[in-house]
Amino acid sequence: MNSKLRRHSVAFNTLLIREIRRFLRIWPQTLLPPAITMTLYFIIFGNLIGSRIGQMGGFSYMQYIAPGIIMMAVINNAYTNVASSFYSAKFQSHIEELLVAPIPNYLILAGYVAGGTARGLLVGLIVTIVSLFFTHIAIQHIFITISMVVLSAIMFALGGFINAIYASSFDEISIIPTFILTPLTYLGGVFYSISLLPEFWQNVSLFNPILYMVNAFRFGMLGESDIAIIPAFAIIFICIIGLTSFALYLLNKGTGIRN
Amino acid sequence: MKALQIENLTKTYRNGFSALKGINLSVEQGDFFALLGPNGAGKSTTIGIITSLVTKSSGTVKVYNTNIDDDSDAAKSYIGLVPQEFNFNGFEKVKHILITQAGYYGMPAKPAEVRADELLHQLGLWEKRDSPARSLSGGMKRRLMIARALVHNPKLLILDEPTAGVDIELRRSMWLFLKQINSQGTTIILTTHYLEEAENLCRNIAIIDRGLIVENTNMKSLLNRLDKETFILDIKMPLPASFSLPHINYHSIDDHTLEVELKQGDGLNTLFSLLSEQKVEVCSLKNKANRLEELFLALVEKSDATL
Repeated sequence: MNSKLRRHSVAFNTLLIREIRRFLRIWPQTLLPPAITMTLYFIIFGNLIGSRIGQMGGFSYMQYIAPGIIMMAVINNAYTNVASSFYSAKFQSHIEELLVAPIPNYLILAGYVAGGTARGLLVGLIVTIVSLFFTHIAIQHIFITISMVVLSAIMFALGGFINAIYASSFDEISIIPTFILTPLTYLGGVFYSISLLPEFWQNVSLFNPILYMVNAFRFGMLGESDIAIIPAFAIIFICIIGLTSFALYLLNKGTGIRN
Repeated sequence: MKALQIENLTKTYRNGFSALKGINLSVEQGDFFALLGPNGAGKSTTIGIITSLVTKSSGTVKVYNTNIDDDSDAAKSYIGLVPQEFNFNGFEKVKHILITQAGYYGMPAKPAEVRADELLHQLGLWEKRDSPARSLSGGMKRRLMIARALVHNPKLLILDEPTAGVDIELRRSMWLFLKQINSQGTTIILTTHYLEEAENLCRNIAIIDRGLIVENTNMKSLLNRLDKETFILDIKMPLPASFSLPHINYHSIDDHTLEVELKQGDGLNTLFSLLSEQKVEVCSLKNKANRLEELFLALVEKSDATL
């Protein structure tokens, strides 16, 4: 390994470790709430209401919604982690620690996205463990399950990064999760199969990227999906490439971080 | 070898404000250099450009012969920055701030920890190593910023008002520390509003005003240019009615205080002879302002007059 590569690898690991240490340090704000919220989802939607709904897609309602709930927790946490961490770094000016150091912009982006992905996956694991108290989960396609959850976390971590670059107040990092991310998640087939919707709304749902993530992930776990898997991966790859390019463009331009 | 070389550097902000209007500056390796100027003169913009926090409009900046446009990573690795405002994560532990910063410069965890421990001892922060940075006193926070800037062993240390708001005892201990690292070979660029600090520490000086360098010379020759000094004398008894100091500018501030302006070469002996002749007993004597301060004000006023 040449010295530059070694230096960059140390810098990336340092940033990743700092990000992980940050969300572990404030675990009552980062890890506990999703565990409690998702437990409530399982109790209310899965157990109380689900028992009256019966089966969906050939599975008990609890089993059907479990992958969606896990994915919802992953994408929310991946997004929020990067948005709040990067914005806080801007707000407290300690982003300057990174900007004065010999770290290329792509590594700054990679470090934050990896940190957000790590939190998303850890929360996903916690919610999966919680779900095992309520239902039986047997993973049908391990590669699809893992790759989809990782790619989804990366995609939303990138989204959180772009949000934080533009944000100029703490309000602005909660607007997108509240008004865009949450509605898209709820309408992304977490709690229902889109086959239950009228045709028009089924077609509208196809414009929601979260639908592809939830369904591909559900396919990995249950072997059941409303949409084809290959297009789901293609869409997510395209989104990741687009968001990465845009985030790097903003970083190189210095938007929101350099005068 | 030049530690820093700036040529025709300009910066115009998006709102049209021209912060730098084509400055040229060079700092020799090993120098202790003062960059002075009134508020808004362009000091922080200059430092921001050198350290990549501000994008320049035009001009070139070379750090140890490395153009920041050609190899910004190499240029950055030479520099340690102590900014004006506290800019660390107050929730992080003191030692983590140092180890993390070293990591950003590519220093692996083990040597980073050793270096951090060394600096924590040197700067009197060892006892606080596991405390969150926000719990430190103002002086300790300043020292933490110096430790963080030095953690990767930079060749060029830039301090932007490092002693602002620091009590005199701590300020003097920081001066000693800075003198020590300068004597060990680290080039230092200092901006400060305490001109006594610049006069005590720095060998060369540049004064910037409204985006232009109005003076760039060595401290000794600048101070030699001072053609007059003003002294404040505390007098034991009220001055007699017939009191006068021929050929000397003076005025009494009150019954017991006299302000006297002496031209260079006049010497204090003449003054004291005149005072003794008139039975005026002096309790104490001090400079009205420090020597650099008088020159600084004169240069900035001159620059104002030409605008």
